[in-house]
Amino acid sequence: MNAAREHGFPAVAAPRVGVPWTLVALAALLGAVLVGLLVGPVPIGVGEIARSTLARVPFLSVATPLDAAKEAIVWELRFPRVVLGALVGGMLALSGASYQGVFRNPLADPYLLGVAAGAGFGATLVIAYGPPGVDGFILPLASFAGGVAAVFAAYLIGRSVGGGRTTATLILAGVTVAAFLTAAQTFVQQQNSDTLNEVYAWLLGGLTTAGWSDVLTVLPYVAVSAAVLLLHRRTLDVLAVGDEEARSLGLDVTRVRLLLVAAATLGTAAAVAVSGLIGFVGIVVPHLVRLVVSSSYRVILPLSVVVGAAFLVLADVLARTILSPAELPIGVVTAFVGAPFFALVLRTTRSSA
Amino acid sequence: MSAVAFDSISVTAGGKTIVDGVSLEVERGEWVSILGPNGAGKTTLLRVLAGTIGFRGEASLDGRRLGRLRRREAARLVALVPQTPVVPAAMTVAEYVLLGRTPHLSPLAQEGAEDRAAAAAALTRLDLDGLADRELGSLSGGELQRAVIGRALAQAAPILLLDEPTTALDIGHQQQVLELVDRLRREEGLTVVAAMHDLTLAAQYGDRVVLVDRGRVVAEGSARDVLTPERVEQLYAARVRVVDGVVVPVRER
Repeated sequence: MNAAREHGFPAVAAPRVGVPWTLVALAALLGAVLVGLLVGPVPIGVGEIARSTLARVPFLSVATPLDAAKEAIVWELRFPRVVLGALVGGMLALSGASYQGVFRNPLADPYLLGVAAGAGFGATLVIAYGPPGVDGFILPLASFAGGVAAVFAAYLIGRSVGGGRTTATLILAGVTVAAFLTAAQTFVQQQNSDTLNEVYAWLLGGLTTAGWSDVLTVLPYVAVSAAVLLLHRRTLDVLAVGDEEARSLGLDVTRVRLLLVAAATLGTAAAVAVSGLIGFVGIVVPHLVRLVVSSSYRVILPLSVVVGAAFLVLADVLARTILSPAELPIGVVTAFVGAPFFALVLRTTRSSA
Repeated sequence: MSAVAFDSISVTAGGKTIVDGVSLEVERGEWVSILGPNGAGKTTLLRVLAGTIGFRGEASLDGRRLGRLRRREAARLVALVPQTPVVPAAMTVAEYVLLGRTPHLSPLAQEGAEDRAAAAAALTRLDLDGLADRELGSLSGGELQRAVIGRALAQAAPILLLDEPTTALDIGHQQQVLELVDRLRREEGLTVVAAMHDLTLAAQYGDRVVLVDRGRVVAEGSARDVLTPERVEQLYAARVRVVDGVVVPVRER
C-alpha cells in the first residue's frame, strides 16, 4: 500500500476474503466437523478417529483402533451425516446470499420464489398417496421437481407481467405461486391425516436418513450450482447499483438474473430434496458475514458457504443430542438460533440506515 | 465522424410516445446540453444513447450502429452518470469506482493491475484519494457526485452522459461539478451530452443546446440563439427575462 502511495496514486484493491478470515472460517468448519464426528451416544475419542482416518490412507501402515461396529458408526453414520449437513448448509447459505444480491433485498432467502412451497407440495403428495416403502427414492425426486417447477412457474408469470425486467413483479409472482402451492399442500395434508406426522417431520427438515447415497444424490447439483454462483460473485457487486446502471456498465441484467436464479434454485431444490425445509440458514449466515466482515459479495459468497456448512453441522449435533435418543427437527434448531439473530439484524440495519 | 448520430429516433412505452423522431449529431469533443421541461424526454434520450432501452430509428456511436453493439461494447463507448444513482451504502468509494471497469473485464473475471491503476487514476483525477476507503453512505452530496463521475471516468468511455448532474447540489458544488466535467472533457478529449434542468447553468457550459418538448426537438444551436424569452416562456409556462444570454426567472407583480 505504501509503495502505491509513493507513486502518487491511492491503493485500490478489489474486495476479497483475506487470509485471516479464510483461516477463521475454515477453522470453524473443521471444528464443527470434529464435533459432528465425536458427539453421539457411543463415545469415540479424537485420537481414535484420527488413527482410523490415517488407516484409510493408502500406503500408510496404520491399523485402525476401532472395532467393526465403531468403524461403521464413524464412517457410515456420522461422517456422511456431517458431510450432508455441510453440503446442505453451505448451499442454502450461498443461495440465500445470491438471492439477496440478485433481488437487492436483504430479506430474500432461498425460498423467496416458491422453492419451499413447491418442494413441500411434491413431498406431501408422495407421502400421502405414494406406495409405502419407496419414499426414500421418490420423495427427494418429487420435492426436487416440485421446487424447480414452482420457481419456473413464478418466473413465467413474472415475465408475462413485467417482461422479466423488474424484480418486484418476479417476487410478487413467487409469493403468488407459493401461496397457491401451500394451500394445495395443506389441503392434501388435511385429507390424509394418517400421514400428518410424517409430512410435518419432513416440512421441519432433518438429516435423519442421511447415508452416503444422499450425499451422492445432492453432490452434482450442489457442485454445479455453487460453481456458477461463486463465479458470478463480482457480477452481484455490479448488480448492487441497480438494473439501469448495471446495464450501462455493460451487464446483460435480464440474462444474468435468470442464470443466477436458476443456479440458486437448482442447488436449493437439491438440498431441500434430501433434508426437508430448513429455514433461516439462508438469511442468518449471509447477514452474519455481511455484518462482521464485508458487504461485498466477493466476500459474502465464499464465506457464506463455509460458515453455512459449519452452522448446519453444529445445528444438527444439537438436533440429535438435546432430546437423545429422540431427534429434534433441525429446522427447529436453526430457527431457534436464527430468529433472535434475525431480530438483531433488523435492529442493526435499521439504526445504520 | 460524429461521436453520436441519431436519425429519427423514436421510443414508445406503454402505448405512449416519449421520444418522437429525434435527429441529433454530436461531434467528437463537443459538449451538447439537452434542455426541456419535465417529461420532455431528456432522460429517455440519454437512455437510448446509453443503450439501456429499445428504440426505433438509426443510432450510431463513433460510426458503429447502436443496435448491433453488444452490451459490453456499448458500455466501452458510453459512460452514464445517472440523475439519482443507486447507492450501495456500505460500498467503499474505491470499490465503487472499480465497478466502472466492468465493460473491460471478461464476464467472470476479477479486476487486474491495469483496472486497479485506471481506478486509482480516476480517484486522483477527482480528488477522491482521501475518501477512497470511505463508505458511500457517509459521503456528502458533492462527494457522492464526484464518486459517480469517478466511476464513469474509470469506465474510460469516450462519450460521457450526464443526467441532470447538478440537481442535488448547492450553487457552489453545481459550478464545481460542471467545471470539473469541462476540464475532463478538454484534458481527456471526452464528448459530453448532458440533460440539464437549470437553464442558467446550461447557457454557460457547453457548446450547443438542444431544446426538446414532448419528445421532439424544438430548437438547437447556441444557448444565446435558442433560449429566447418567448420560447422559454411558452415551453416552460414560466415568466423569464434573458439578461446577457442568461435566463432569469422573474415574478409577475
